[in-house]
Amino acid sequence: MKIFVKFNFNKVCSAVLTEQLNKLGLKYNIANFGEVDFLEPLSSEQKKMFSEALDAYDIEIVEDQKTILVQKIKDTIIDMIYNLDTEIQTKSSVYLSEKLEHSYHYLASLFSEVTYTSIENFIILQKIEYTKHLILNENLSLTEIAFKLNYSSVAHLSTQFKNTTGITPSAFQRIIAKRKLLNN
Amino acid sequence: MAKDYTHIILADDDEDDRLFFTDAFDELKITTKVSTYNDGAYLMEYLLSEDAVIPEILFLDLNMPRKSGKECLHEIKANSRFKNMVIAIYSTSASEEDIEDTFVKGANIYIKKPDSFKKLKKILNNVVTTNWQYQANGLNKNNFLLRL
Repeated sequence: MKIFVKFNFNKVCSAVLTEQLNKLGLKYNIANFGEVDFLEPLSSEQKKMFSEALDAYDIEIVEDQKTILVQKIKDTIIDMIYNLDTEIQTKSSVYLSEKLEHSYHYLASLFSEVTYTSIENFIILQKIEYTKHLILNENLSLTEIAFKLNYSSVAHLSTQFKNTTGITPSAFQRIIAKRKLLNN
Repeated sequence: MAKDYTHIILADDDEDDRLFFTDAFDELKITTKVSTYNDGAYLMEYLLSEDAVIPEILFLDLNMPRKSGKECLHEIKANSRFKNMVIAIYSTSASEEDIEDTFVKGANIYIKKPDSFKKLKKILNNVVTTNWQYQANGLNKNNFLLRL
Protein backbone atom coordinates (compact mmCIF):
# COMPACT_ATOMS: atom_id res chain seq x y z
CA MET A 1 0.00 0.00 0.00
CA LYS A 2 1.20 3.48 -0.82
CA ILE A 3 0.07 6.75 0.70
CA PHE A 4 1.06 10.10 -0.73
CA VAL A 5 1.68 13.14 1.42
CA LYS A 6 2.06 16.81 0.68
CA PHE A 7 4.33 19.15 2.66
CA ASN A 8 4.29 22.74 3.58
CA PHE A 9 8.05 23.28 3.78
CA ASN A 10 7.80 26.50 5.70
CA LYS A 11 5.65 24.85 8.37
CA VAL A 12 7.76 21.71 8.59
CA CYS A 13 10.97 23.66 8.99
CA SER A 14 9.49 26.04 11.54
CA ALA A 15 8.15 23.08 13.51
CA VAL A 16 11.61 21.48 13.58
CA LEU A 17 13.16 24.75 14.71
CA THR A 18 10.51 25.27 17.41
CA GLU A 19 10.94 21.74 18.72
CA GLN A 20 14.72 22.00 18.92
CA LEU A 21 14.69 25.51 20.40
CA ASN A 22 12.20 24.48 23.07
CA LYS A 23 14.31 21.46 23.94
CA LEU A 24 17.26 23.76 24.59
CA GLY A 25 15.09 26.13 26.61
CA LEU A 26 16.02 29.22 24.62
CA LYS A 27 13.92 32.38 24.33
CA TYR A 28 13.27 33.23 20.71
CA ASN A 29 10.94 34.43 17.98
CA ILE A 30 10.86 32.82 14.58
CA ALA A 31 10.91 35.82 12.31
CA ASN A 32 10.96 35.39 8.54
CA PHE A 33 11.51 32.06 6.93
CA GLY A 34 14.96 30.89 7.97
CA GLU A 35 15.48 33.66 10.50
CA VAL A 36 15.49 33.16 14.27
CA ASP A 37 15.53 36.11 16.63
CA PHE A 38 17.00 35.35 20.06
CA LEU A 39 15.75 37.52 22.91
CA GLU A 40 18.95 36.99 24.86
CA PRO A 41 22.45 36.62 23.44
CA LEU A 42 23.55 33.00 23.07
CA SER A 43 26.66 31.67 24.77
CA SER A 44 29.02 29.85 22.46
CA GLU A 45 28.07 26.64 24.28
CA GLN A 46 24.37 27.22 23.52
CA LYS A 47 25.12 28.07 19.92
CA LYS A 48 27.09 24.86 19.57
CA MET A 49 24.25 22.80 21.05
CA PHE A 50 21.74 24.48 18.75
CA SER A 51 23.91 23.83 15.71
CA GLU A 52 24.37 20.18 16.71
CA ALA A 53 20.64 19.72 17.23
CA LEU A 54 19.96 21.04 13.73
CA ASP A 55 22.67 18.88 12.20
CA ALA A 56 20.45 15.81 12.22
CA TYR A 57 18.02 17.63 9.90
CA ASP A 58 20.77 18.92 7.64
CA ILE A 59 19.87 22.43 8.69
CA GLU A 60 22.91 24.66 8.76
CA ILE A 61 23.49 27.92 10.57
CA VAL A 62 24.58 30.49 8.02
CA GLU A 63 27.49 32.00 9.82
CA ASP A 64 27.81 35.49 8.58
CA GLN A 65 26.09 38.35 6.84
CA LYS A 66 28.67 38.27 4.07
CA THR A 67 27.68 34.81 2.90
CA ILE A 68 24.04 35.83 2.94
CA LEU A 69 24.69 38.94 0.88
CA VAL A 70 26.81 37.03 -1.66
CA GLN A 71 23.99 34.55 -2.07
CA LYS A 72 21.61 37.44 -2.67
CA ILE A 73 23.93 38.85 -5.33
CA LYS A 74 24.02 35.47 -7.07
CA ASP A 75 20.26 35.05 -6.88
CA THR A 76 19.71 38.53 -8.31
CA ILE A 77 22.12 37.91 -11.19
CA ILE A 78 20.57 34.55 -12.06
CA ASP A 79 17.11 36.05 -11.90
CA MET A 80 18.30 38.90 -14.11
CA ILE A 81 19.71 36.54 -16.77
CA TYR A 82 16.86 34.04 -16.81
CA ASN A 83 14.11 36.63 -16.80
CA LEU A 84 15.46 39.05 -19.33
CA ASP A 85 12.00 39.19 -20.88
CA THR A 86 11.24 41.67 -18.12
CA GLU A 87 13.66 43.98 -19.93
CA ILE A 88 16.15 45.35 -17.50
CA GLN A 89 17.37 48.47 -19.22
CA THR A 90 19.95 49.61 -16.72
CA LYS A 91 23.48 48.27 -16.49
CA SER A 92 23.83 45.23 -14.25
CA SER A 93 26.04 47.16 -11.82
CA VAL A 94 23.34 49.81 -11.34
CA TYR A 95 20.63 47.21 -11.10
CA LEU A 96 22.48 45.19 -8.45
CA SER A 97 23.33 48.15 -6.28
CA GLU A 98 19.78 49.52 -6.42
CA LYS A 99 18.18 46.18 -5.72
CA LEU A 100 20.51 45.23 -2.85
CA GLU A 101 20.98 48.74 -1.47
CA HIS A 102 24.74 48.72 -1.31
CA SER A 103 27.31 50.50 -3.45
CA TYR A 104 28.49 48.44 -6.40
CA HIS A 105 32.06 48.85 -5.21
CA TYR A 106 31.18 47.20 -1.89
CA LEU A 107 29.24 44.37 -3.54
CA ALA A 108 32.02 43.73 -6.05
CA SER A 109 34.83 43.52 -3.52
CA LEU A 110 32.77 41.37 -1.15
CA PHE A 111 31.89 39.03 -4.01
CA SER A 112 35.52 38.57 -5.07
CA GLU A 113 36.56 37.96 -1.49
CA VAL A 114 34.09 35.13 -0.94
CA THR A 115 33.75 33.42 -4.34
CA TYR A 116 37.23 33.46 -5.99
CA THR A 117 35.75 35.27 -8.97
CA SER A 118 34.37 38.67 -9.90
CA ILE A 119 30.75 39.67 -10.42
CA GLU A 120 31.55 40.30 -14.11
CA ASN A 121 32.99 36.81 -14.56
CA PHE A 122 30.11 35.27 -12.68
CA ILE A 123 27.63 36.98 -14.99
CA ILE A 124 29.54 35.79 -18.06
CA LEU A 125 29.74 32.22 -16.73
CA GLN A 126 26.02 32.16 -15.99
CA LYS A 127 25.16 33.58 -19.41
CA ILE A 128 27.35 31.03 -21.18
CA GLU A 129 25.82 28.19 -19.14
CA TYR A 130 22.38 29.46 -20.07
CA THR A 131 23.45 29.66 -23.71
CA LYS A 132 24.54 26.00 -23.56
CA HIS A 133 21.19 25.10 -22.10
CA LEU A 134 19.32 27.00 -24.83
CA ILE A 135 21.43 25.45 -27.61
CA LEU A 136 20.83 21.92 -26.33
CA ASN A 137 17.35 21.99 -24.87
CA GLU A 138 15.43 24.71 -26.64
CA ASN A 139 17.05 24.23 -30.01
CA LEU A 140 17.52 27.97 -30.44
CA SER A 141 19.96 29.36 -33.00
CA LEU A 142 22.86 31.46 -31.78
CA THR A 143 21.22 34.53 -33.34
CA GLU A 144 18.07 33.96 -31.32
CA ILE A 145 20.08 33.38 -28.14
CA ALA A 146 22.17 36.52 -28.66
CA PHE A 147 18.97 38.50 -28.99
CA LYS A 148 17.35 36.83 -25.99
CA LEU A 149 20.36 37.48 -23.74
CA ASN A 150 20.80 41.09 -24.86
CA TYR A 151 24.13 40.66 -26.66
CA SER A 152 24.89 43.45 -29.11
CA SER A 153 25.64 40.88 -31.83
CA VAL A 154 26.00 37.16 -32.53
CA ALA A 155 29.73 37.75 -32.93
CA HIS A 156 29.92 39.14 -29.41
CA LEU A 157 28.19 36.10 -27.91
CA SER A 158 30.26 33.75 -30.05
CA THR A 159 33.53 35.37 -28.96
CA GLN A 160 32.53 35.35 -25.31
CA PHE A 161 31.60 31.67 -25.55
CA LYS A 162 34.97 30.85 -27.10
CA ASN A 163 36.90 32.94 -24.59
CA THR A 164 35.14 31.33 -21.64
CA THR A 165 35.17 27.69 -22.73
CA GLY A 166 37.99 27.54 -25.27
CA ILE A 167 35.68 26.04 -27.87
CA THR A 168 33.18 27.48 -30.32
CA PRO A 169 29.42 27.12 -29.79
CA SER A 170 29.17 24.82 -32.81
CA ALA A 171 32.01 22.59 -31.55
CA PHE A 172 30.21 22.42 -28.21
CA GLN A 173 26.99 21.38 -29.90
CA ARG A 174 28.78 18.79 -32.04
CA ILE A 175 30.62 17.23 -29.07
CA ILE A 176 27.49 16.89 -26.95
CA ALA A 177 25.57 15.40 -29.89
CA LYS A 178 28.35 12.84 -30.51
CA ARG A 179 28.37 11.99 -26.82
CA LYS A 180 24.68 11.23 -26.93
CA LEU A 181 25.16 8.97 -29.94
CA LEU A 182 27.93 7.14 -28.12
CA ASN A 183 25.85 6.59 -24.99
CA ASN A 184 22.82 5.22 -26.83
CA MET B 1 28.78 23.67 1.01
CA ALA B 2 32.42 24.56 0.51
CA LYS B 3 34.87 21.91 1.56
CA ASP B 4 38.16 22.89 3.10
CA TYR B 5 40.16 21.87 0.07
CA THR B 6 39.78 20.55 -3.43
CA HIS B 7 41.15 17.06 -3.83
CA ILE B 8 43.16 16.61 -7.01
CA ILE B 9 44.96 13.69 -8.66
CA LEU B 10 47.40 13.71 -11.55
CA ALA B 11 48.53 10.65 -13.49
CA ASP B 12 51.62 11.43 -15.55
CA ASP B 13 54.77 9.39 -16.25
CA ASP B 14 57.01 12.45 -16.59
CA GLU B 15 58.63 13.29 -13.28
CA ASP B 16 59.32 16.95 -14.14
CA ASP B 17 55.73 17.50 -15.21
CA ARG B 18 54.49 16.03 -11.93
CA LEU B 19 56.78 18.33 -9.99
CA PHE B 20 55.77 21.51 -11.83
CA PHE B 21 52.17 20.51 -11.44
CA THR B 22 52.24 20.12 -7.66
CA ASP B 23 54.35 23.27 -7.24
CA ALA B 24 51.87 25.33 -9.24
CA PHE B 25 49.01 24.39 -6.93
CA ASP B 26 50.92 25.51 -3.85
CA GLU B 27 50.59 29.10 -4.96
CA LEU B 28 46.86 29.20 -5.76
CA LYS B 29 44.21 30.91 -3.64
CA ILE B 30 41.93 27.89 -3.53
CA THR B 31 43.51 25.30 -1.27
CA THR B 32 44.08 21.91 -2.83
CA LYS B 33 45.38 18.51 -1.90
CA VAL B 34 47.32 17.03 -4.78
CA SER B 35 48.41 13.41 -5.21
CA THR B 36 50.24 12.04 -8.23
CA TYR B 37 50.58 8.62 -9.87
CA ASN B 38 53.29 7.53 -12.28
CA ASP B 39 51.09 5.80 -14.81
CA GLY B 40 47.54 4.79 -15.63
CA ALA B 41 47.81 1.36 -14.07
CA TYR B 42 48.85 2.74 -10.67
CA LEU B 43 46.11 5.34 -10.93
CA MET B 44 43.33 2.84 -11.64
CA GLU B 45 44.62 0.52 -8.94
CA TYR B 46 44.21 3.35 -6.44
CA LEU B 47 40.87 4.65 -7.73
CA LEU B 48 39.33 1.18 -7.67
CA SER B 49 40.64 0.34 -4.19
CA GLU B 50 38.00 0.27 -1.51
CA ASP B 51 39.19 3.19 0.61
CA ALA B 52 40.12 5.48 -2.27
CA VAL B 53 39.25 9.15 -1.86
CA ILE B 54 37.62 10.10 -5.16
CA PRO B 55 39.10 13.44 -6.23
CA GLU B 56 37.04 16.38 -7.46
CA ILE B 57 39.33 16.71 -10.49
CA LEU B 58 41.48 14.07 -12.16
CA PHE B 59 44.24 15.15 -14.56
CA LEU B 60 45.22 12.52 -17.09
CA ASP B 61 48.27 12.50 -19.32
CA LEU B 62 47.45 10.74 -22.60
CA ASN B 63 50.70 8.89 -23.27
CA MET B 64 51.61 6.73 -20.34
CA PRO B 65 53.16 3.26 -20.16
CA ARG B 66 51.08 0.23 -19.12
CA LYS B 67 47.76 2.06 -19.31
CA SER B 68 47.16 5.16 -21.44
CA GLY B 69 45.05 8.17 -20.52
CA LYS B 70 42.39 7.16 -23.03
CA GLU B 71 42.14 3.69 -21.51
CA CYS B 72 41.75 5.23 -18.04
CA LEU B 73 39.11 7.62 -19.36
CA HIS B 74 37.18 4.73 -20.85
CA GLU B 75 37.26 2.69 -17.61
CA ILE B 76 36.31 5.68 -15.49
CA LYS B 77 33.34 6.71 -17.61
CA ALA B 78 32.03 3.14 -17.51
CA ASN B 79 32.00 3.16 -13.70
CA SER B 80 29.21 5.09 -11.97
CA ARG B 81 31.36 5.43 -8.87
CA PHE B 82 33.18 8.26 -10.63
CA LYS B 83 30.21 10.10 -12.09
CA ASN B 84 30.86 13.29 -10.11
CA MET B 85 34.55 13.44 -10.91
CA VAL B 86 35.68 16.12 -13.36
CA ILE B 87 38.26 14.78 -15.83
CA ALA B 88 40.95 16.96 -17.33
CA ILE B 89 43.22 15.71 -20.10
CA TYR B 90 46.72 17.08 -19.59
CA SER B 91 48.77 16.41 -22.66
CA THR B 92 51.59 17.57 -24.91
CA SER B 93 49.36 16.76 -27.87
CA ALA B 94 47.16 19.46 -29.31
CA SER B 95 45.79 17.43 -32.18
CA GLU B 96 42.20 18.36 -32.91
CA GLU B 97 41.44 14.67 -33.17
CA ASP B 98 42.65 13.92 -29.63
CA ILE B 99 40.78 16.91 -28.27
CA GLU B 100 37.44 16.17 -29.82
CA ASP B 101 37.78 12.43 -29.24
CA THR B 102 38.44 12.79 -25.49
CA PHE B 103 35.68 15.39 -25.08
CA VAL B 104 33.22 13.07 -26.78
CA LYS B 105 34.35 10.18 -24.58
CA GLY B 106 33.56 12.18 -21.47
CA ALA B 107 36.51 14.44 -20.59
CA ASN B 108 35.47 17.87 -19.29
CA ILE B 109 38.71 19.73 -19.77
CA TYR B 110 41.53 19.56 -22.29
CA ILE B 111 44.81 21.21 -21.41
CA LYS B 112 47.78 21.41 -23.70
CA LYS B 113 50.82 21.41 -21.42
CA PRO B 114 52.13 24.99 -21.48
CA ASP B 115 55.76 25.93 -22.01
CA SER B 116 56.15 28.04 -18.88
CA PHE B 117 55.46 27.72 -15.18
CA LYS B 118 53.64 31.04 -15.16
CA LYS B 119 51.20 29.88 -17.83
CA LEU B 120 50.71 26.61 -16.00
CA LYS B 121 49.70 28.43 -12.83
CA LYS B 122 47.25 30.56 -14.77
CA ILE B 123 45.71 27.53 -16.46
CA LEU B 124 45.40 25.50 -13.27
CA ASN B 125 43.89 28.48 -11.48
CA ASN B 126 41.29 28.75 -14.22
CA VAL B 127 40.50 25.03 -13.96
CA VAL B 128 40.12 25.01 -10.20
CA THR B 129 38.11 28.23 -10.10
CA THR B 130 35.75 27.14 -12.87
CA ASN B 131 35.29 23.76 -11.20
CA TRP B 132 34.54 25.54 -7.95
CA GLN B 133 31.87 27.64 -9.66
CA TYR B 134 30.23 24.54 -11.06
CA GLN B 135 30.31 22.91 -7.63
CA ALA B 136 29.17 25.90 -5.59
CA ASN B 137 26.39 26.94 -7.94
CA GLY B 138 25.06 23.53 -8.85
CA LEU B 139 25.71 23.97 -12.57
CA ASN B 140 25.16 21.08 -14.97
CA LYS B 141 28.47 19.20 -15.18
CA ASN B 142 27.41 17.39 -18.34
CA ASN B 143 27.84 20.72 -20.10
CA PHE B 144 31.22 21.42 -18.49
CA LEU B 145 33.66 21.63 -21.42
CA LEU B 146 36.80 23.72 -21.18
CA ARG B 147 39.76 23.85 -23.53
CA LEU B 148 42.92 25.63 -22.45
